Amino acid sequence: MASRRPLRWHIAVFLAPALLIYSALMIIPLFGTLTESLMNVTEAGERVFVGLGNFATLFGDALWSDAFWNALGNNTWFFVIHMLVQNPIGILLAAILSTPRLRMAAFYRTAIFIPTVLSFVIVGFVWKLILSPIWGIAPGMLDFIGLKSLFAPWLGKEQYALTTLALISVWQFIGIPMMLIYAALLSIPDEVIEAAEMDGITGASQFWKIKLPLILPSIGIISILTFVGNFNAFDLIYVAQGALAGPDYATDILGTFLYRTFFGFQLQLGDPHMGATIATAMFFIILTGVCVYLFLIQTRLRRYQF
Amino acid sequence: MTKTFRLALLVSTALSGAAWAEDVTLTIESWRNDDLVIWQDTIIPAFEAANPGIKVVFAPTAPAEYNAALNAKLDAGSAGDLITCRPFDASLELYNKGHLADLSGLASMANFSPVAKSAWQTDDAAATFCVPMASVIHGFIYNADAFEALGIAVPTTRDEFFAALDTIKADGTYIPMAMGTNDQWEAATMGYNNIGPNYWHGEEGRLALIAGTQKLTDPQWVAPYEELARWGAYLGDGFEAQTYPDSQNLFTLGRAAIYPAGSWEISGFNTQATFKMGAFPPPVGAAGDTCYISDHTDIAIGLNPASAHGDQAKVFLDWVGSPEFATLYANALPGFFSLNATPVVMQDPLAQEFVSWRDKCQSSIRSTYQILSRGTPNLETETWGASVAAIKGTETPADAGARLQAGLASWYAPQQ
Repeated sequence: MASRRPLRWHIAVFLAPALLIYSALMIIPLFGTLTESLMNVTEAGERVFVGLGNFATLFGDALWSDAFWNALGNNTWFFVIHMLVQNPIGILLAAILSTPRLRMAAFYRTAIFIPTVLSFVIVGFVWKLILSPIWGIAPGMLDFIGLKSLFAPWLGKEQYALTTLALISVWQFIGIPMMLIYAALLSIPDEVIEAAEMDGITGASQFWKIKLPLILPSIGIISILTFVGNFNAFDLIYVAQGALAGPDYATDILGTFLYRTFFGFQLQLGDPHMGATIATAMFFIILTGVCVYLFLIQTRLRRYQF
Repeated sequence: MTKTFRLALLVSTALSGAAWAEDVTLTIESWRNDDLVIWQDTIIPAFEAANPGIKVVFAPTAPAEYNAALNAKLDAGSAGDLITCRPFDASLELYNKGHLADLSGLASMANFSPVAKSAWQTDDAAATFCVPMASVIHGFIYNADAFEALGIAVPTTRDEFFAALDTIKADGTYIPMAMGTNDQWEAATMGYNNIGPNYWHGEEGRLALIAGTQKLTDPQWVAPYEELARWGAYLGDGFEAQTYPDSQNLFTLGRAAIYPAGSWEISGFNTQATFKMGAFPPPVGAAGDTCYISDHTDIAIGLNPASAHGDQAKVFLDWVGSPEFATLYANALPGFFSLNATPVVMQDPLAQEFVSWRDKCQSSIRSTYQILSRGTPNLETETWGASVAAIKGTETPADAGARLQAGLASWYAPQQ
């Protein structure tokens, strides 16, 4: 037999910087949060271990659980809007962009992608102004086409506010699925397309029968990115509606609920332990979602090697 | 020659160093970043002129970040010598954690009434930990030109108030009242706690609520929601999405006639509005009724016990408690009214109007601030939601009262 492999110490050396930074910035704080969620303070101000007591409060006490389920429900709706609107439109845009006959494709691609690089603060502020019933251009534009009666102060109505914000977020991030799908479409070899054309499959049916199955893995990745991004969302709601996520908590998602609990709000003092409990619950929700995807969906996706 | 010159330089450096060392610099933590210029140009020079050897630096943080940033700095030991105090529990918490010193013994504390000090005391009033600086008064600011054009007299009773709103609405030139529900707090602060004291008789009702002898389901606590429910019809189109700056702009641009206000608006409105303004206190039920106003203790200043210059800081705090500071501050910031027992002469006519209500009405503070917002659910935040719901008509006043009472009773023993 050949001599034993030499110790490949350089692997450890090259991994070390990334591993150290990742541990210091991600792993340790994550475990810190998990520990905090198992602790609480007594009346006397001592920090004690309470096991799953905080979780019992979060899910058992109507005061907390109502707010939690409301936030989770809103978060789910936020995610559903993204899946139903952002991703199909993103795929459609990518399909249009990748048709060779389209002129000025580079311009459209850039224009559609630009909102993605804007700050949440700008997006939230600009859209608040556009939709403002007082100064906004939305009522004026609807008036111009004779549809003024359709205008409502959307961000201020319980029934519309969350959907409006979700659509604003879709507007901002539509560039991401578009770019990913666009890249996937471009990587389909010409031979496959030509073979399809030889068999008489062209136009829309070519997209449905040939291209779509080939980009399914990319769609899977986009879905999971959307899921993680949406369940971690906070910025847009905070910028547009404040930490109270009004009207009447109609736009409260897990991120804003966590923020209010952890840092406190107005006269409410912050509660780091319940905050950590909510953060932990969020972590497990996202972890479950990602695991479901990785183990149940991704392994069943068929891959094609060219 | 060179040697002598060098020596001279060295000596002068050493001497000037010594001279500098005598100066102590005090840093003030504050959330009032709007007031930076006033502190730098008016207040601090006046103090430094009278107290050579003490320099003061005003170092404000953004209001929304103040509490969190201050807590972090205090825990890390890097906070300033002087701490601007929020009223009630936020400061009490700091005192209990040893981040604010007991100032009960400070000579100038004698210049303040018990009510003025109540926001910065332990529940038993044994220790006072901040020197009161100012309060804000609630009422209504109106566009005097609009009132004159429409021939409306300043309303004193509720019926006159709603009649005036009807007149403005019928005329159509102005939005009757500038307020939105998007940011929520205005509905409670400038709505519920503005008009409420007339119903619950100010301190009488507020203290009874704390003692547990009145409940939020009692008529005097539900009635303000009933009045708020009538406001909805007089607010601008799309008030549901109207923010606080939107309301301020609507009024100062002359598009709205009445603005439910806090006196802190005065200096901003003076610079923005081009028309004549006036103010009236919350209208009473029937002519001749005693009027009650919300004269809310809002801002004070305390000492960080970790400060290396505690003695000099106390000199400054003593000065903050003096009538001299009161005059300086109240005139530099019209709308922030001195809590000092010595009457202060103010130049601004709108500020004079607000403060004149102290003589004819009974003063009270916001009902939710003392003790009652200590638990979960937080009564202040709940009141925001209930006030908004009342204005929008999404919850009946009676339901709102019942919901708030249930929330309060869930953690506050005297209400159980």
